[in-house]
Amino acid sequence: METVTFDLEKTPLREVNQYLHSDAAELDGKTVTITNPGGAHNIAVGLKADVDVVIDGHAGYYAAGMNQVANVVIEGSAGTGVAENMMSGRVHVKGFASNAAGATAQGGLLVIDGDAGLRCGISMKGVDIVVGGSVGSFSAFMAQAGNLVILGDAGEALGDSLYEARIFVRGNIQSLGADCEVKPMDEEARQILVKLLKESGHADVDPDSFTLLGSARTLYNFHVDNAGAY
Amino acid sequence: MSDAPKIPQTEPRYSATFDKNTASEIRRAAATGIYDIRGAGAKRKLPHFDDLLFLGASISRYPLEGYREKCGTDVILGNRFAKKPIHLKTPVTIAGMSFGALSGPAKEALGRGASAVGTSTTTGDGGMTPEERGQSSILVYQYLPSRYGMNPDDLRKADAIEVVIGQGAKPGGGGMLLGQKISDRVAKMRCLPKGVDQRSACRHPDWTGPDDLEIKIAEIREITDWEKPIYVKVGATRPYFDVALAVKAGADVVVLDGMQGGTAATQEVFIEHVGIPILAAIRPAVQALQDLGMHRKVQLIVSGGIRNGADVAKALALGADAVAIGTAALIALGDNDPHLEEEYNKLGTTAGAYDDWHEGKDPAGITTQDPELMKRLDPVKAGRRLANYLSVLTMEAQVIARACGKSHLHNLEPEDLVALTLEASAMAKVPLAGTSWIPGVSQF
Repeated sequence: METVTFDLEKTPLREVNQYLHSDAAELDGKTVTITNPGGAHNIAVGLKADVDVVIDGHAGYYAAGMNQVANVVIEGSAGTGVAENMMSGRVHVKGFASNAAGATAQGGLLVIDGDAGLRCGISMKGVDIVVGGSVGSFSAFMAQAGNLVILGDAGEALGDSLYEARIFVRGNIQSLGADCEVKPMDEEARQILVKLLKESGHADVDPDSFTLLGSARTLYNFHVDNAGAY
Repeated sequence: MSDAPKIPQTEPRYSATFDKNTASEIRRAAATGIYDIRGAGAKRKLPHFDDLLFLGASISRYPLEGYREKCGTDVILGNRFAKKPIHLKTPVTIAGMSFGALSGPAKEALGRGASAVGTSTTTGDGGMTPEERGQSSILVYQYLPSRYGMNPDDLRKADAIEVVIGQGAKPGGGGMLLGQKISDRVAKMRCLPKGVDQRSACRHPDWTGPDDLEIKIAEIREITDWEKPIYVKVGATRPYFDVALAVKAGADVVVLDGMQGGTAATQEVFIEHVGIPILAAIRPAVQALQDLGMHRKVQLIVSGGIRNGADVAKALALGADAVAIGTAALIALGDNDPHLEEEYNKLGTTAGAYDDWHEGKDPAGITTQDPELMKRLDPVKAGRRLANYLSVLTMEAQVIARACGKSHLHNLEPEDLVALTLEASAMAKVPLAGTSWIPGVSQF
């Protein structure tokens, strides 16, 4: 497998991203390593080829934003909006992730080994997110579709104004947001959880130690008696 | 029969404060427990372009010959950073309106009309449709807080990208598309269950302040390899600061929408009481650009109540580079047309006043997802009407510009204008007609 290395201390980010936007034929099957990322913003955004990218350190905002197909590994921590609006592929943060991890993402898998900040999975639209640690408040706010798996604890207002996304939590939940409720773990949900734990390197974690949350669907159409919940 | 003298009675007197409309709203609120939701922009009378007049040429200035001397109308948008700026033949663009709020045929008609005269259309909340991309030779793709239908393939297909912070009808507010309009297709595009009320967030999910916006704009540029112009759209509230911050964040173009600008659906109280008229917003916005040395380098598009070529010319004279129309474009397509009066009556309203666009019952087939109603709009004919109207706006603006001696619409300037009212004079910072007085600027 061919490896291409860019040193962000020597090569401008623009050149790196431009290379990562090359035709699929140029990139397919390659591993691109980005050294000395230094927390730079917008590393490896808009990828659309079957390429492995390793960010060898910490990334700033929007790392792997809008990812399609590619497999991006961040060896350090990631700033706000990692894998935002991801469509497909896989993004793996080995450290911590800041706010809005996986925001509005429509597909693919986002794995965060450490904790995630506020609003993890906000407005998610089909992505799967597995957080090895805990998530901050307002996570899965207005989450529309997909699955958020939290091995640690969750902050306040988890799943507020939730639509059809599923949330699996193993630890404590500070509070649930409006219209988010505990659901019985049916077989379909359990299988999804088992699959995601396996894909994210947590195959040894007991799926029965998780609580499933979903939408109570009381806010789907306005009713005056629910006005206080909006 | 009584012989007592008849005492004259005073005529019944309605309260100016509790007028008929106000009282009817109180009764409606009491009966339903929900605020009134409607489409369109502010309906109250506001200081507007009608309060300004042009000073045509005479002895001190000479005019251009109406049919023989050139008066340019083209405009280039996005040449600050983008590798591929947009070149429009007319400075009148079509404002962002969503598929969902509008029917597929309506979006197609907008594309047809705009393309025929060399201008752009803009998507809205809900993503890019093949109807619009197929018919719009220049398409601006909106990047909204909800990110409904947002995907990188469409970003790459767009000719420009508009980061929407707010709009004039509801600055600080999110969107709303009630369940009646969430058809199978709309639901799929927005990844929502069919029939639910769709609430769009008022803030972007992954950034908050202007420093974050700068990074977000850089991300979009990186994704699109710095090809596309990036617009930033704000509702008119604090235009000086918002425009300055948008420029600082790296915008190629700033879109400024006054409170007369329409919405598909928002609370009436929001539409009528939040934001400022476009007349009051243009000069502070232009001032911000001038203070930063960016006037004409970062282009300014203004919208909110543009109706005719005089409005276009006045907006440009105050310093805008282009304008956008929404409500007027829908009227040109056939919205609120008197020939549908009987059907508007059945909906409890009248042609010209119909604004329950969120209910999806539009007899003109424009603001609906009803398959039968939307068939009523012929996108080819409606597109032609829009093209005609856009041509008229452009020609009318040229008529005025030539009369002021200008060889391009962009040569119009505040010096060509006077105001009819003190309010307009203070807001537009042009003298009260017949005087040299600008309240707040010069002594009477």
